[in-house]
This record gives sequence, C-alpha cells and structure tokens, in this order.
Amino acid sequence: MKILVALLSGLLFGLGLSLGGMTDPAVVLAFLDLFGAWDPRLAFVMLGAVLTTAVGYRLVLRRPRPLLEDSFQLPKARHFDIRLIAGAALFGIGWGIAGYCPGPALASLSGGATSLLVLVASMVAGWWLAARLPSNNR
Amino acid sequence: MHPWLGSLFGGILIGAAAVLLMAGLGRIAGISGIAGGLIRPGVTDRIWRLAFVLGLVLAPLLLGLLRGDTGIGAVQVALPWMALAGLLVGIGTGVGSGCTSGHGVCGIARLSPRSLLATAVFMASGIATVYVVRHLLGGLA
Repeated sequence: MKILVALLSGLLFGLGLSLGGMTDPAVVLAFLDLFGAWDPRLAFVMLGAVLTTAVGYRLVLRRPRPLLEDSFQLPKARHFDIRLIAGAALFGIGWGIAGYCPGPALASLSGGATSLLVLVASMVAGWWLAARLPSNNR
Repeated sequence: MHPWLGSLFGGILIGAAAVLLMAGLGRIAGISGIAGGLIRPGVTDRIWRLAFVLGLVLAPLLLGLLRGDTGIGAVQVALPWMALAGLLVGIGTGVGSGCTSGHGVCGIARLSPRSLLATAVFMASGIATVYVVRHLLGGLA
C-alpha cells in the first residue's frame, strides 16, 4: 500500500511537471530570463503547487499521524547556515545553466536524450558527494 | 487552454502529489531528498523512494499515451554543460537540503523560514546565471 501511494504520488507529481511546462528546459530558462523574453509560466506552476500544498498540509497535519506510517517526518532544522545558502546558490547556477532541477530531470529521462542521462548521472554523483561531506548531520 | 492555466493546473497536480505523500507516508515531497535518499548512507526505506521516482519517470509516458505529447522538451545546452549543471544541482541540493520541490513548494507551503531563504537564493542565483549566460556571454554553445 505504501508503495502504491508513493508510486501514485510520483505519477501525479510527474504529470504536474509535464503539464506545467517544467519538463521543457526552454520554458524553465525563459522563466529565469527575467531580463530577456520572460515567460511567467513557472510562476503559475509554483502558485498552484504552493497554494494546494498549503491548504492540503493544513488539513492533513491536523491528524495525529499519516495513514500508513507512525508519524509525520517534518524537517526539524530551524537555523540559517552557510550550507543552506551555499547549497541553494550552487543549485541555482546548475539550474540556470541547463534548465533542469531534480524533478524535471528525472521526469524527462524517458525522452531518451543521452546528454540528459549524463546530467542525471552527475546529479546523482553530486548527491553522493554531498551525503559524504563532513558535518552533514542529516 | 491558455498556457498559464495549463501551468496552474500542473501546479495543482504537484500540490496534490505533495499532499498525498504527506497524508499517506508523512513525507515531504522533495525530489532531491527522496531520490538522493536512495544513495544516502544509513537510509533503509528505499522501496517507497524507488516507487515515487518510478512514478515520476513514467508520468510523461502516460501523458504521451493520453494526449500524444509527453511534454518533454529538447535539451538546450551541449553535453559538457549538462554534466557540469547536473553536478552543481546534485551537490547544491544535497548540501542545501532541498530543491524546487522540497524548499520551493513544500517548505514555502509550511512557511519554513529556511525554505523561504533557500528559494530566494536559488531563484536569484538561477536568474543571475541565465543573465550572465544569455546577456553577457551570448549563450552556451
């Protein structure tokens, strides 16, 4: 059942990415091109996703626990640190170079582009490295 | 349908996916956290992570069957740039504990100060990068 819920959630997520235009890096880069021919589409994706999640979380998190697990696993860190800021800055550079953040990169794999496979492989290598950096307390 | 409405609808589906994952498994729908967890030391719950990633990968194929268009667009930059971009995205989201979904959607929906800051930083950095690439360097061949 857990596997089914996760599969369904991934499926919905991927459908949303595709329908929203996020699996097209040209659309993503045009959204980030604030000083050129700006395409606002991704702002609408963000708006729809944030509002839906905000309302849904409010209802769901009132319950004592999730349907299939013992507890909600919410991030506990509350402080700002250099890891958060430097990590986000590096991520933004990579996002701005190719137009792929992790979800759309994975969702676009079935398109069959070899260079996307390379991007995903180096992204996984990046996760592998980041998980083994010292003082990673997750 | 107006492209903005299509995008809004796409966003609502992403939100529905996030709510479903929280309601069922009590987990944040952050792609870098879920997929990155597959190779993180000490992680034992790999099966639901794999199932989620499988759904993510299969979704455009399903869309292609339903309407004849997967929505997958063409790669925009040459292979070496793709390799560099992937590495930066992986290290950045790994070190920064989240990406567009974990910080940008789930974190902002929870009004998490860390996520609000991270999202502001990666948006600014992405916009600055595209500015440098397109308007100062004249594009990446």
